Amino acid sequence: MPRIAGVDIPNEKWISISLTYIRGIGHATAKRLCEEAGLDPTTKAKELTDDQISSLAGLIDRTCVVEGHLQRQVAQNIARLRDIQCYRGLRHRRGLPVRGQRTRTNARTRKGKKKTVAGKKGVKENK
Amino acid sequence: MGRSLKKGPYVDAKLLKRVERMAQTGDKQPIRTWARSSTIAPEFIGHTFEVHNGKIFHKVYVTEDMVGHKLGEFSPTRVFRGHSGGRSAASAASGPAGAK
Repeated sequence: MPRIAGVDIPNEKWISISLTYIRGIGHATAKRLCEEAGLDPTTKAKELTDDQISSLAGLIDRTCVVEGHLQRQVAQNIARLRDIQCYRGLRHRRGLPVRGQRTRTNARTRKGKKKTVAGKKGVKENK
Repeated sequence: MGRSLKKGPYVDAKLLKRVERMAQTGDKQPIRTWARSSTIAPEFIGHTFEVHNGKIFHKVYVTEDMVGHKLGEFSPTRVFRGHSGGRSAASAASGPAGAK
């Protein structure tokens, strides 16, 4: 199995698909990379020659932010928002949705598992 | 969602003028303002603003990182004091009270 961008080992799939196993590369980026490397996106990852792999790796190195570097960048952006005390930063701190979504209901992704509050409307009374 | 680039960022004209005047005199008085929707321009760095939130004025010292944000983002309009009866209600109520 070929190794691209550090730790990632794509597999028996088309390269346009297997590249998406790298964090930070989705379908659109994968397709673009194949095009720029002059590869057929439907070749299987195992059929790649070493040269092709290294050219893909180089291309990703130059044009994409992936894996740990990407995660660090995202974390830094959030840390900046937190530091400057702006509204978005406050929402991140509180673990609430950042982009103005409703919080009366839903928002479970940000708020985590439901915490039932006694006496609240809609909560079934236990008899 | 974003604003048309053709127009450039919205910076409150009066506010910018005031900042420029203060920059000339080297004055660093806080500027009281209601212009929450004004983008923070690079010229604002180092100045202190008092941004209205509908009730009170929050002191906002502008740093480099804040450029490009709106003034209103730094003056929250809602104060969450915790839910009634919640275990952490008391601690939350005393915690984030940033009124000044």
